[in-house]
Amino acid sequence: MSFPPETAALELSGVVRRYGERDALSGVDATVSSGQTLVVFGPNGAGKTTLLRVLATLLRPHEGHVAVLGCALPDEAWAVRGRIGLLAHEPLLYRELTARENLRYHARLHGTAEERVDELLAAVRMSRRADEPLRTLSRGMVQRVAIARTVLHEPELLLLDEPYANLDPAAVELVAPLIGPSAGRARVLCSHDPGGGLAEADVVLGLRGGRPVLLAEASSVTGAEITELYR
Amino acid sequence: MSAAVGESTAGGQSARPAHAGQVGFARTVRALLRKELLVELRTLESVPGMSLFALSTFVVFHFALNRGSVEGDLAAGILWVTLLFAAILGVNRLFVADAEQGGFDGFLLAPVDRSALLLAKVLTLLAYLVVLELIAVPAFSILLLGPPVGGALPGLIATLALADVGVAVIGTLVAALAVQTRARDLLGPLLALPLFVPIVIGAARATEPLLVSAHRGEPAARWLATLGVYDLLFGLIAFALFDFLLED
Repeated sequence: MSFPPETAALELSGVVRRYGERDALSGVDATVSSGQTLVVFGPNGAGKTTLLRVLATLLRPHEGHVAVLGCALPDEAWAVRGRIGLLAHEPLLYRELTARENLRYHARLHGTAEERVDELLAAVRMSRRADEPLRTLSRGMVQRVAIARTVLHEPELLLLDEPYANLDPAAVELVAPLIGPSAGRARVLCSHDPGGGLAEADVVLGLRGGRPVLLAEASSVTGAEITELYR
Repeated sequence: MSAAVGESTAGGQSARPAHAGQVGFARTVRALLRKELLVELRTLESVPGMSLFALSTFVVFHFALNRGSVEGDLAAGILWVTLLFAAILGVNRLFVADAEQGGFDGFLLAPVDRSALLLAKVLTLLAYLVVLELIAVPAFSILLLGPPVGGALPGLIATLALADVGVAVIGTLVAALAVQTRARDLLGPLLALPLFVPIVIGAARATEPLLVSAHRGEPAARWLATLGVYDLLFGLIAFALFDFLLED
């Protein structure tokens, strides 16, 4: 499995990240081309979130080579920020502010036109509740606002940690144009859903205990192999 | 509507900022400051607590000292120790919402100068201190001082301003360090108080002549200069260190 290097959105080679003495990631390799989706599977504690945080420039890799959108990390992290959208477990939104205030704040930080806030609130069907504090909204609604925040600045690479958590089927359809494969962006998506994850994947990475145990094109991977990762 | 956004997203150019350039420093500071003040207005977690603490302390001193009024070095000491302990309450809360609600990560993902966060937090803490002093200083005057400060007010304001800058800069630096630890409620005051000692000394000495009821004097210029130099020194240290505190 190889992709032309000139179009690689992501290149990982021998990536190691430690927390104290413990290896959270160890020897992770992967290459993802522009517009492709890398789906990362693995049980809790496998290193999926750590991998996303390394790619998002929030954690430094301790060993190995990481290049995101052609920029080597951590040295060129400054050139990548603003070109990636991270949807983490936490929504990265202030509970006391409204959805609109949160998105406006992020729009200002990214130099994005504030009209885009209204556009995205409508896209995730949150216009009606946009002026209520986030703490009064359901988790699914907060997740929809977080998805709007993730794509607010038109990132080239999406880093999505279980993006459909807390969303009902209608909401999953609603956000598909923003973060789904049809959005046309390169994506790294962490999932626990073998069927849904494989359907979205071009490349599959399986992690267990921080180590890569599966790296293959999605067409050659079966649901049973993914399920085996969790045993 | 969503389809339209999806199309725009796929095209990827409609609202995209120039990634090569960062968002302007002043614009970033304004965005951060606006958010800080909005969160405080909604939660009222810092300023009311700081003010109530100062008022309660003055009431305690009023009864504990069992005298009609205080003046001179005693009055200056009571005023500054109370203000600094009240400030500690604000320092401890300064980064809590960011740490607990992912605000740090949201900020770090943006293409902005990280020093903007330092300046925004310093300005936020300065705003808290100004509100605190607008409440606490008149209360101090009523509960503990003899004749009103009157003509000594400009000198007192100058001293308060210089001390506030130092407290805000050091407080922000310490809060950014402490919030990354599990013992932040303990570590914040432990780190801040020793660094506040020169401010207490300078501010109390500068204020002392203003609080002598027989003859309200001027603040000693050398103590004001000391406060100014201390502010400058810690401003430079904070500017140099702050980015490292935000790094992994």
